[in-house]
Amino acid sequence: MAEIWTTYIWPVLVITAHSLAVLVTLLVAIAFLLVADRKIWAAVQLRRGPNVVGPFGLLQSFADMLKFIFKEPIIPAGANKGVFLLAPLVSAVLALSAWAVIPVSEGWAVANLNIGILYVFAVSSLEVYGVIMGGWASNSKYPFLGALRSAAQMVSYEVSIGFVIITVLLLVGSLNMTDIVLAQQGDYGMFSWFWLPLFPVFIIFFISALAETNRPPFDLPEAESELVAGFMVEYSSTPYLLFMLGEYVAIVLMCALTTILFLGGWLPPFDIAPFNWLPGVFWFVFKVCLVFFMFSMVKAIVPRYRYDQLMRLGWKVFLPLSLFMIVAVASVLHFFDLAP
Amino acid sequence: MLIADLFFYLFASVCVAAAFMVISARNPVHAVLFLILAFVSAAGLFILLGAEFLALILIVVYVGAVAVLFLFVVMMLDVDFAELRSGFLAYLPIGAVIGIILLIELVLVLGSWVITPQVAAQITTPVPPLNEVSNIKALGLVLYTKYVYFFQAAGIVLLIAMVGAIVLTLQHKPGIKRQTISVQVGRKREQSVEIKQVESGKGL
Repeated sequence: MAEIWTTYIWPVLVITAHSLAVLVTLLVAIAFLLVADRKIWAAVQLRRGPNVVGPFGLLQSFADMLKFIFKEPIIPAGANKGVFLLAPLVSAVLALSAWAVIPVSEGWAVANLNIGILYVFAVSSLEVYGVIMGGWASNSKYPFLGALRSAAQMVSYEVSIGFVIITVLLLVGSLNMTDIVLAQQGDYGMFSWFWLPLFPVFIIFFISALAETNRPPFDLPEAESELVAGFMVEYSSTPYLLFMLGEYVAIVLMCALTTILFLGGWLPPFDIAPFNWLPGVFWFVFKVCLVFFMFSMVKAIVPRYRYDQLMRLGWKVFLPLSLFMIVAVASVLHFFDLAP
Repeated sequence: MLIADLFFYLFASVCVAAAFMVISARNPVHAVLFLILAFVSAAGLFILLGAEFLALILIVVYVGAVAVLFLFVVMMLDVDFAELRSGFLAYLPIGAVIGIILLIELVLVLGSWVITPQVAAQITTPVPPLNEVSNIKALGLVLYTKYVYFFQAAGIVLLIAMVGAIVLTLQHKPGIKRQTISVQVGRKREQSVEIKQVESGKGL
């Protein structure tokens, strides 16, 4: 009996507690990041943004959530009911499950997988299914067009994201997320993080992350001006909430990936007194917020791309550039004997 | 071991059930979605075998890219279900005969297939122990050294397939306006804007 307790029940309880800690923190953080997103967007346009619910409108997301949950979910008569309800679940669950391997500080990951980055890449490549299934099952023209656009867009930009990850892995020599961060520990503090030696790749990753998460300027799957709300047109109430949640979790995941791959994860900018007093979690969250601020600013500043320009950027600019960067980085590592 | 066994039976039964639904689902989009479920459960089986790299590559390549394109095509096909079902009985005998022949062939081949006991000794590159070298490293060490020609040959086959697909679909239609970015960017103000003084009450 004691053996069953130590080998099965106790580990399951520990894993559940870890996962709950990550999920609850993440969901609360996303509620506030959503407000921050709207506030930044409003500030750029000289508006006030949400400012009624709670102090400075901080509780706006919670009010929105309550509203979504208490409304009636409407399923169109022509919709394919099962797939229609499955799509938002797929979208939200996949986005949340990728967080299992993200190390927030040294050793602070639910699962410290040896193939962590590959796992995140695999899960984020599945996220397109939520969009496609939702668009198809709605049985309506605009959602279908949105789904078709997103299918092509997300598959295209995944290619360059994959190459960018390979470039980083060349410098690290491991697919473990913790190893990726530790490989950026150097004598020059923030200047030995990968954003500086791999600057072009960093830019490619940032822009591809925008496209992969359907953020403006690449939000063509839900372009309001042409497709009403794209694949989400027919959704209401809790299914819509799940789509929205999945989208924002995926965005924050991309911010966290940028932080881990290029901005040194939980490492302090300089390993000297005032900086290394703060715990690693603080630096991780700070950097994620910084990248998220960049995401919001891009949303506020840059006009939407045209669809053919989007495809051109993905296949004719980023793909050759990231391929070239792999060859260049590999050659430098080989000829100067720097490979790990 | 109990948990691993339970997960094996879970993944295996889901995989078989999903594979059956692929051929029996009426709606082709549902069939593709079940195919994806079968892929994902097969990936789960790979993970149970300790081949985590293969499992994730299966998900990235087949589920994340190939099946998306399947779905993309199938969603846009206008399939008439009544017409599909009307020919079913007419083709049933031929289909059944072909199916039975295939089944007999499979039974004959697999029934007489014996793996030689010396097969482990025949492998020229020994499999490194799992606690020394990770799965990916072990794969890379043989793939890019011993099997580099096969690897390159597979790459060339894929390249030829890609070129063939592009040649088949590429059409040069005359009279289509295309965007040439370099011309657009290189355009000067003098070439495109002309300022005219318009007197009031008169047009140009």
